[in-house]
Amino acid sequence: MRPSPARWLNILVPVKRAVDYAVKIRVNPQQTGVDMNVKHSMNPFDEIAIEEAVRIRERLPKGSEPLTITALTIGPPKSVETLRTALAMGADNAIHVEIPESAPAPEPLGVAKAIRAIIDKQKEKENVDMVILGKQAIDDDLGQTGQMLAGLLGWGQATYASKVELDLEQRNAVVTREIDGGLEQVRVRFPMIVTTDLRLNEPRYASLPNIMKAKKKPVTKLTPADLGVSFEPQMEVLKVTEPPKRVGGAKVDSVDELVEKLKAAGFTAV
Amino acid sequence: MLRTFIRISPSSLRLTRPIRRCAQRSYATSYISPSSRYETYHGGQIKTYYNSTLTGLSPAENEFREAVWEFSARVVQPKVAAIEREGGDTETHEYKTLVEVHKEMAEMGLHGVTVPTEDLTSSLGLGLSYTHHLLAMEAISYSSASLALSYGAHSNLCVNQLSRWGSDEQRAQWIPGLLDGTYIGALAMSETGAGSDVLGSMRTVAKKVDDGYVLNGNKFWITNGPKADVFIVYARDVVEPGAKQTFTTFLVPRTTPGFSTGKPLDKFGMRGSPTCELIFEDVFLPSTAVLGDPASLQGKGAKVLMSGLDLERLVLSGGPLGIMQAAYDTAVEYVHQREQFGVPVATIGSMQAKLADMYTKVNTARTFVYAVARAVDGHNAEAQIQGLGPKDKGYTYPPFQRRDCAAAIMYATDKAIEVAMECMQCLGGNGYINDYPAARYLADARLYAVGAGTQEVRRWLIGREVNSDFE
Repeated sequence: MRPSPARWLNILVPVKRAVDYAVKIRVNPQQTGVDMNVKHSMNPFDEIAIEEAVRIRERLPKGSEPLTITALTIGPPKSVETLRTALAMGADNAIHVEIPESAPAPEPLGVAKAIRAIIDKQKEKENVDMVILGKQAIDDDLGQTGQMLAGLLGWGQATYASKVELDLEQRNAVVTREIDGGLEQVRVRFPMIVTTDLRLNEPRYASLPNIMKAKKKPVTKLTPADLGVSFEPQMEVLKVTEPPKRVGGAKVDSVDELVEKLKAAGFTAV
Repeated sequence: MLRTFIRISPSSLRLTRPIRRCAQRSYATSYISPSSRYETYHGGQIKTYYNSTLTGLSPAENEFREAVWEFSARVVQPKVAAIEREGGDTETHEYKTLVEVHKEMAEMGLHGVTVPTEDLTSSLGLGLSYTHHLLAMEAISYSSASLALSYGAHSNLCVNQLSRWGSDEQRAQWIPGLLDGTYIGALAMSETGAGSDVLGSMRTVAKKVDDGYVLNGNKFWITNGPKADVFIVYARDVVEPGAKQTFTTFLVPRTTPGFSTGKPLDKFGMRGSPTCELIFEDVFLPSTAVLGDPASLQGKGAKVLMSGLDLERLVLSGGPLGIMQAAYDTAVEYVHQREQFGVPVATIGSMQAKLADMYTKVNTARTFVYAVARAVDGHNAEAQIQGLGPKDKGYTYPPFQRRDCAAAIMYATDKAIEVAMECMQCLGGNGYINDYPAARYLADARLYAVGAGTQEVRRWLIGREVNSDFE
């Protein structure tokens, strides 16, 4: 007898509105941060996450149960643009946890707790099987949210994914991870956390018909109070400066001189 | 309905007031607050000084604009060199990259911007306004003016005319393929002997025979000629001596026996866009090839032609606008990097004057063209509310449309050529080398002075329109 087909798969993809990667950022005069009055767009790793979710749907064998992709963002009112991009790329619905424009950017622990609260809320209707996140946001480069979420939920995690192969019958996935030594393969059971690395896929550009269709897709608005979480910062930014300007090096005439200079600079043999 | 937040204080990050925006397109302009004081980025490949505070676009239109600029940056920019190079290939004439990008533009949904979505023949029509088409044209033209010209000829000259005038069968047969990238379309009006005097000097003749027509003649300077699969062709009818000269519009597939194309023309600019002569030697066309319903549109070719020209001029105005912005961006970056006499040359008085003139020309031309587009769309929207289309009896032709559309492209072209010329000057010796894009901008801009009508004809037309106010 054939095994029963997998039931609906629910994928949650948190996305972040960050300063566009092409912008030449400048430190603000108060040295507390960078000039934020610049072009913003979806964090590139989050684009890869949405793209992977959409590709998972496209790879499902014909006749499979449908898959729901929910995009989620935590941010000021403007962040809804990022959700629309996600919807235009193929997400089915979106959740916007709105915080005031003047509020400080949420930190990974706060974000992870909020995502956990949303997953718990969703349990009432259907379970989330997979959360795909970008490995890090390009504005803070913290790279903690996925791992913290896995810890809070007690779920398996496969981070820095460069390939994801699902096995719906077995309810697990084999994920190839990019690590310092090369590539590592892990098998993770559902429900799981995946964080995307650069080489996982190349995100599609949202086509105009899809952008127009995205306007009709539902966006649910929530507040931190609805979720029972607070985004009170745990960290305080003391100072932000540009990296020191590169100074020229010096030419040496021999290897001995090089070794002398290295010793004088405090480098010792390992 | 989603709430859209619009910043009303021009300075930094302060609390904004929510304003409910009507989903329906209206005349209302809105202040698009800039995300940056100076430059903005698209798709990681384009850095531009496009001033979005002056455009008067609605937030929805601005979203559309950002989407097409993103496409232009991510998809078109990397292929610009290949498009130009293949256009100059006098041996094989394959235009491989152009055809590739044509398909990618189809996936993006760019070919049917003005084709109604309820058009039962295709699902890729977006049913948007001419402002949107103009924005798309400008975005593509910024990266590659050649590609934009081919795109404009395909999506406006061919697809839009077919969508407006074609019969149900013709639309069903051609629109899906034209919108999804399978077919390339073209429009054939001009001849070697019929340019400005296109109707009076036309020599391509359509003779009525038993079950159709026989076409004989040539068309010249036809954009997309070498690659198009279907052509909208205007021909002179054979009439009784002394009777009024009429014209008819035909839909001619490339495969029709007797039809052939000449060698692609070697052009000064717009080299990436394929152009050639069309040859008709006893080409037999069935009556179903008459564009639209033969009963009502046979002999009405002039009306079809003239009605399309305004919209063609309006949408093609996006061409010079895109070139102009690209020329300005190139020049302004260059002169701030190049140092002579110990300072960036941009800070020298004579250069500052150039930048000021270029900046002002770009923005005045754009603001005017966008305003004309808004007026045209406004009239169309009103006519739609009354349920009238250009084919209907009660349709009133908007009094200023003809002169405004002509003025839009006339002004944009003049300014684009001036700005491109100055861009070449700003780059100094480097403006003269083809490693830099200045020469290409100038050569491409120059086309619009003769393509889609000459500057002289546009001036004559506006003058004539003004004269008619006093008749």
